[in-house]
Amino acid sequence: MDIDVKKVAMLARIRLTDAEAAELGPQLGGIIGYIEKLAEVNTEGVAPTAHPHDAAMPLRANVVSNGNRREQLQAVAPNVESGLYVVPKVIE
Amino acid sequence: MSWEVVIGLEVHVQINTATKAFCGCSTAFGSEPNSQTCPVCLGMPGQLPVLNSEAVDKTILTGLAINAHINLESRFDRKNYFYPDLPKGYQISQFAIPLVEGGYLDIPAKDGGEKRIGITRIHMEEDAGKSMHEGLDGVSHIDLNRSGVPLMEIVSEPDMRSADEAVAYLKQLHQLIVFLGVSGANMEMGQFRCDANVSVHRPGTPFGTRAELKNLNSFRFIKQAIEYEVNRQIELIEDGGKVVQETRLFDSTTGESRSMRGKEEAHDYRYFPDPDLPPLRVSQQDVDAIRAGMPELPGQLRQRFETEYGLSSYDADVLTQTRELACWYESLVAAHPADPKRCANWMANELLGRLKEAGCEIEQSPVSAARLAGLLDRIADNTISGKIAKDVLDAMMASDASADAIIESKGLKQVSDSGEIDAIILAVMEENPDQVTGYRGGKDRLFGFFVGQVMKASRGKANPALVNERLLELLKG
Repeated sequence: MDIDVKKVAMLARIRLTDAEAAELGPQLGGIIGYIEKLAEVNTEGVAPTAHPHDAAMPLRANVVSNGNRREQLQAVAPNVESGLYVVPKVIE
Repeated sequence: MSWEVVIGLEVHVQINTATKAFCGCSTAFGSEPNSQTCPVCLGMPGQLPVLNSEAVDKTILTGLAINAHINLESRFDRKNYFYPDLPKGYQISQFAIPLVEGGYLDIPAKDGGEKRIGITRIHMEEDAGKSMHEGLDGVSHIDLNRSGVPLMEIVSEPDMRSADEAVAYLKQLHQLIVFLGVSGANMEMGQFRCDANVSVHRPGTPFGTRAELKNLNSFRFIKQAIEYEVNRQIELIEDGGKVVQETRLFDSTTGESRSMRGKEEAHDYRYFPDPDLPPLRVSQQDVDAIRAGMPELPGQLRQRFETEYGLSSYDADVLTQTRELACWYESLVAAHPADPKRCANWMANELLGRLKEAGCEIEQSPVSAARLAGLLDRIADNTISGKIAKDVLDAMMASDASADAIIESKGLKQVSDSGEIDAIILAVMEENPDQVTGYRGGKDRLFGFFVGQVMKASRGKANPALVNERLLELLKG
């Protein structure tokens, strides 16, 4: 199984050196190949599994149950200003 | 050979629930930044999303209103991309099996008939937060109050053939959403957002490559952006170039769009089923109950106003723009049942004009339907003329007084006593002997002059029909 390791890394925002990419390529290929064994099973007439548990989604009532916990929640943020998260500039 | 334009639209509608799609945070607009967040909508590890039942019901209601099929079992998937306003690194959306599939809207066509625009699907998803860049050096600011607010994405078929058709479809859809009460649908506040897929081709050949236009937040910009894009593609092809599939951002200040090609590769969303969310199951009984609660829709209402009240299609259209307008009109008719057309004229032409000047909606009208009906009653029984009634309405806008009280206190009662009117006419004739001679000598058009003078002398209070009748008589000599 051939995998474009550089593209996958880019999509996952992981920086890889060429040496790392060369090493990881066959490893990832091996994992995918292992999972591909499942394709050998005859699934004709079997409905696709939506979820491992045979459960329907529980629903929540449309009622506000959370208050303002900004201070507590932003305590773990690297940088905030006037209640806003500060991040590196993201516009092109 | 001419070009044919092909347009498909994706509309994101914020569902007006009190809480977010998957958590109990408030969705109130304009609060302190990041004051309405929790570990679920901040994407912190180990949290479980639980879907808001009202968001489901409102999506089903919208699906029924566009005559679509409701999937009794639908699924949620993760759409993966990186952006700071999407803290989880994925958006919960519906990809493989949406809640709603296969509906349509009929829009007014150029030939006066109707054109059917197919709607492929409506799926549920969650909104992202808001990024701010302006006036900031090297950084962006993020407010996640909007993160996780429920959206429905309404995806049309590529059935529109001009910018005008696209706008007609959007206006129809917008009106429907407002009527159903499933969203505030305020475009400036981003509650109703549109992306357009535009391509051109020669009729009879396969569709051309499409470009996706983003950031279209008013009907006017949508028209501008599509027209700009159509011209750009035609010029490009006629100059021997090729349209590339790309996302383009419309800039309303320049009226142009620019490519966001740099982002193309990131648009590999790698959808997969969200393991946190089992399938959404709704029962046929639930769907039937929602259908039973469906309000009268704009098209039905328009039709009924024309047949039941004898309104022109123009008036019927004006008075069914929102559910509030239609309700207001019907309470006016209930209070002044003798003449539904008079009700429509006065509401559409006089009241709405004054409300527009005052910058308020019908719900905030200082004159209630019952009070306006009181004024219409006085026109109907000839107490005042239509012209005086406009002055009375002005006075009513500025006070709580009834039409009767204003007519009484200002002495505006119409003069319908022929003796009084004769006296005014004779005085006018005496002051204008030359015109009398002229009229009697065959200058018929001087009649209007006398009507004007008499009305002026009575300060508009003379009954116009009676003035006409008496003038004809007295001018004969």
